[in-house]
Amino acid sequence: MAQTAIPTGTYDDTDHDEDLGDGHHEPRSFITKYIWSQDHKVIAIQYSITAMAVGLIALVLSWLMRMQIGFPGSLPFIDPERYLQFVTMHGMIMVVYLLTALFLGGFGNYLIPLMIGARDMVFPYVNMLSYWVYLLAVLVLVASFFVPGGPTGAGWTLYPPQAILPGTAGRDWGIILMLVSLIIFVVAFTMGGLNYVTTILQARTRGMTMMRLPLTVWGIFVATILGLLAFPALFVSGLMMLLDRVLLTSFFMPTITSLGERLSYGGGSPLLFQHLFWFFGHPEVYIVALPGFGIVSDLISTHARKNIFGYRMMVWALLAIGVLSFVVWAHHMYVSGMNPYFGFFFATTTLIIAVPTALKVYNWVLTLWQADIHFTVPMLFSLAFILTFVSGGMSGLFLGNVVVDVPLSDTYFVVAHFHMVMGVAPVLVIFGAIYHWFPKVTGRMLNDALGKFHFWVTFLGTYAIFFPMHYLGFVGIPRRYHDFEGIAFIPDSARELNAFITVAALVVGAAQLVFLFNMAWSGFRGRPAGSNPWNATTLEWQTPETPPGHGNWGPRQPVVYRWAYDYSVPDAEQDFLPQNYPRPAGDGLNPEAPPEQGGLLR
Amino acid sequence: MTVAIVFALLVVGSVVFSLVSPWWFTPLASNWGTIDTTLIITFMITGVVFCALVLFMAYSMFRFRHREGIRAGYEPESGKLELWLTGLTSVGIAAMLAPGLVVWKDYVTVPPDAATVEVMGQQWGWAFRFPGADGVLGAVDPMRIDADNPFGLNPDDPHGGDDVLVEGGEVRLPVGKPVKLLLRSVDVLHDFYVPQFRAKMDLVPGMVTYFWFTPTVTGNFEILCAELCGVGHSAMRGTVVVVEPDAHQPWLDEYPTFAQAVRDTALAEAVRQGNSMNQ
Repeated sequence: MAQTAIPTGTYDDTDHDEDLGDGHHEPRSFITKYIWSQDHKVIAIQYSITAMAVGLIALVLSWLMRMQIGFPGSLPFIDPERYLQFVTMHGMIMVVYLLTALFLGGFGNYLIPLMIGARDMVFPYVNMLSYWVYLLAVLVLVASFFVPGGPTGAGWTLYPPQAILPGTAGRDWGIILMLVSLIIFVVAFTMGGLNYVTTILQARTRGMTMMRLPLTVWGIFVATILGLLAFPALFVSGLMMLLDRVLLTSFFMPTITSLGERLSYGGGSPLLFQHLFWFFGHPEVYIVALPGFGIVSDLISTHARKNIFGYRMMVWALLAIGVLSFVVWAHHMYVSGMNPYFGFFFATTTLIIAVPTALKVYNWVLTLWQADIHFTVPMLFSLAFILTFVSGGMSGLFLGNVVVDVPLSDTYFVVAHFHMVMGVAPVLVIFGAIYHWFPKVTGRMLNDALGKFHFWVTFLGTYAIFFPMHYLGFVGIPRRYHDFEGIAFIPDSARELNAFITVAALVVGAAQLVFLFNMAWSGFRGRPAGSNPWNATTLEWQTPETPPGHGNWGPRQPVVYRWAYDYSVPDAEQDFLPQNYPRPAGDGLNPEAPPEQGGLLR
Repeated sequence: MTVAIVFALLVVGSVVFSLVSPWWFTPLASNWGTIDTTLIITFMITGVVFCALVLFMAYSMFRFRHREGIRAGYEPESGKLELWLTGLTSVGIAAMLAPGLVVWKDYVTVPPDAATVEVMGQQWGWAFRFPGADGVLGAVDPMRIDADNPFGLNPDDPHGGDDVLVEGGEVRLPVGKPVKLLLRSVDVLHDFYVPQFRAKMDLVPGMVTYFWFTPTVTGNFEILCAELCGVGHSAMRGTVVVVEPDAHQPWLDEYPTFAQAVRDTALAEAVRQGNSMNQ
């Protein structure tokens, strides 16, 4: 994109630094600058690199799984135990250690202070601890590959009793390490999460009202609150299961005869775990989705050179989704054996949550109307996100509607649905976001040709993987099966389709290596980006240095005069006005002016 | 530009795929045609919305692609449009939810004339228990489960002696007669799943779950486990043979009652006492 003259922003003359703690002293050595760093930008990069590294493991695991499904027996070392271990670790890594960590620890850390005009998080030391504790959780998790018996093969849902009984892989060590790792992760998340929420509430620069926040910050804000309320349920359920496993308590364990042997357990409830798990697990879907919603809103607006349509509705929809996400959890349990009358309630709440979600989609799509769309790589990924998310959202309406869920639950329809909606869709946002903000993080542009190649293979490849997979679910093919030997109702054509899906998955996986190469190469050799290559309005693009220096703003913090979406404002010289660009008196474009004057807020 | 065309082609391709796909519902063999109907209503509504949204996107992407000298419009919001969209979405949601809840009411309402059969799951196989001549399943206690008493029947309960125990993974059910399956598990979660019946439910150790259906087609149907239950999960198979009603009782008579099954064990005396109390 051509570099146009940047409208000059305004910076605050008053000194806000007097109350900043020791963490804001300039780092002096390599170690304090890059290793034990309290700078939110360095911590964000640490989080991101760790998350992507562990994501590579998950990618390889998905290849191995798909080889077994598409070409059974072609890799003879994949026995049922290993297959289920791969399934479990792939799922857990992707949901918790990659997506949650990358969206909040990575993007949250990097973007919150920059987007709200702060110098750093309000608790930089806790922020640093959060990363190192997260790294410890990752190391404990990865260690389970190397212990006797290997990692747990209980499925990422870890349902007891099987998760801690013989008959399931990793019962001796794997499950213990998994639970310990999750508990450590929650500690790390809590330290980070409290920081994000407090920073957004307390450290916004002058003029940055809540209703002027970019939607990225709103999405991360609401997701973090969800996390702070939901992760404790995972924490206690993990701890209770750990006690059941190690000290033979019976929180989740009824009287059981396991493989011919009466166990000492008695009186516990397996369903209790499921309620606790999904009380965490469903909000977790939105913990992953809401930052993506926010980011994609900003990407679309920037690259379509048009304000996001219905900003206030977008904020309210985020909040509504956040609240509703706590009253839908048992839609994961329609056939769990819980009181079947719960089905009426949870089907209703689940389908209601589709309304605010649909509104967000409409507003993204309506933002394109009368826009000036630049098909940059971030924009392509954002558009692909919308299509993928709409597809995944539609299949969610099947599974949320209790009776329709009955034939589809635990089939490949479910696998296709959640991969579309909380696998591929968030990952597409992450890619779009990396292409978008990489220039700010490194000062260099990612290679465009490689980016487009990466986009097309990833977008079309994932659609080729997961769209036909729904139809395997219609057939009724169950998930988490090592092989389908001798199951008569499965037609041969389904096996051929599985082989096709495997080939597509291998190709899509390989394309991610191109992306990694692009990042590594462009980080050193990429075209210099300048401070605002996309002509964006939000504050992170208005920093005096790129990449932003320690403290972000040089001597003066920015002052905010307008919302984040002043693109293509009529009569303005450029097609964007940065948030810190002063407003001439009475221009009628103040978002806080009454709506009849073209503003947004009363 | 390209991406607009690709979006439109994806819509066309998805519709064509759905029409010509050989992968569709496995033929129904129970009364739950209403579940299929609800699913198809959902499929139609969501399919139309998906196509409409993506085609609208494709059109917008094509029409409003960047061209030199043309600036985007400036329209922060439109309360009226958002209200309309909220309303329309709510109507679509209700159109899917309402029939779903009506059918769910049927799903949780067991007909009074349904026969009762117990399904027992354990790693990794299926067993069944019929209530016998008195029509009542005997009381059970998971503390009593062992090799001699795989169902954990209480020998003191007079209703238990005539319960018919069917081990070996095959069960026969009469066609056209509603059956309520009571589900129990010895060890971990399982799920009784016959794709042709559509209905399914988890087996949970420590509690009794249930669902009901009416087999409508005679023949052999595979039972699969649909809830991950350990390394043998994908090998946990069984068979439901749906037979003509008059062929059912003779088959059941081939299997031992609880009293007969324990004849040579230490439980036998207790069972005899239980039965005498019954008379």
